[in-house]
Amino acid sequence: MADNAAASRAKIRKLIVQVDETRIEMGKTITPPTRRAVAMAVIANPYAGRYSENLDQLIAIGEELGALLGERCVAALGITPAQAQSYGKAAIVGEGGELEHAAAILHPKLGAPLRKAVEKGAALVPSAKKMGAIGAAIDVPLGHKDGAYVRSHFDAIEARVHDAPRAGEIVVAVAVTDSGRPLARIGGLQANEVKGEDGLR
Amino acid sequence: MIEIRRTVTWREEIHHEFGPPPVRPLIRGAIAAVLANPFAGRYEPDILPMMAALNAVGLDMAKRLLAAMDVPADRIESYGKGAIVGGAGELEHGALWHVPGGYAMRELLGWKEDSGPQDPAPGSAAATARRGNALAIVPSTKKVGAPGATLDVPLTHINASYVRGHFDAMSISVAGAPASGELVFILVMATGGRVHQRVGGLAADAISKWDGLR
Repeated sequence: MADNAAASRAKIRKLIVQVDETRIEMGKTITPPTRRAVAMAVIANPYAGRYSENLDQLIAIGEELGALLGERCVAALGITPAQAQSYGKAAIVGEGGELEHAAAILHPKLGAPLRKAVEKGAALVPSAKKMGAIGAAIDVPLGHKDGAYVRSHFDAIEARVHDAPRAGEIVVAVAVTDSGRPLARIGGLQANEVKGEDGLR
Repeated sequence: MIEIRRTVTWREEIHHEFGPPPVRPLIRGAIAAVLANPFAGRYEPDILPMMAALNAVGLDMAKRLLAAMDVPADRIESYGKGAIVGGAGELEHGALWHVPGGYAMRELLGWKEDSGPQDPAPGSAAATARRGNALAIVPSTKKVGAPGATLDVPLTHINASYVRGHFDAMSISVAGAPASGELVFILVMATGGRVHQRVGGLAADAISKWDGLR
């Protein structure tokens, strides 16, 4: 894994993978437990402290992290890519950067390799971004990977790195689950009704 | 008595902190279990039955933590534990975690109650026999907190509490927990000391007394 990071374009200070498993909710046993993973990379922001019209380095970093973080989530859940059900992405930019830096990582190229890591993924990858201080938390939105309207899978998971982002850093988070909410029961489009063609239904 | 509602694991891979990266990244891991607090909302004089019931929980958590860290047990060099008690409980409920949390990790890492004399002569066969047995006390913190409260869980060397390069802590928070009637029990382990440790003191390779301290 060290070699992997050394060869990468992103200068990664640390990588964190969190797995959150709910076994009992409101007194009811959840079988199987719902499980959500979020993988976070703390990276150096190559554009910190200056205005750069061109953000290509961050766009490339986004592509690299889409694969790395997506794969880390799937591995931590111990599932096959096809078993992933929902996903989301987010970034927190340290004070030396600007909000557009998060956009450069998240939007142009992060999605394609993430979709490869979770197999398919017809739906938009929901996202959140913010400027933040060290230890800031961000709620990473979650939506079903093949049908954005699947109501049981609308959710969010908090991502936080307690010593990041430093001023010249960005925290990039990708979340993947193997399930929807633990006691979803408010109707709407069901996961088993998704056609998976337009990414919506 | 034991109702585990949720577990959360973290695996943290630290490549550097703006200094020269080590050959292998430092791996730190944590596991938090969210349990119902059976004593919430009242003063219960006898809480010890829960401590006994937590032994199995501790061992299971220690095993899950090691699995989440994805390293062999013999690479673990430091450990720690902690508890966050929801608002309808009392600090003493968090203290229930001291024995089961500590001994779970020590057992997993090879500690044996009968592993020789307490103060073997440095370099003696008895001292060698005690090596690697998780001799040191497991450091801990605890507090009463709101959902999402952060606890700084200390880490120290598994065989000698005075190893300075391994003094560390992990900040742990579980979004949404503990609710007022819940307890969060935490275990942490790491494969080494601080990533750029360089303030001297007892070094890990200079442990000589094998008494859990030096």
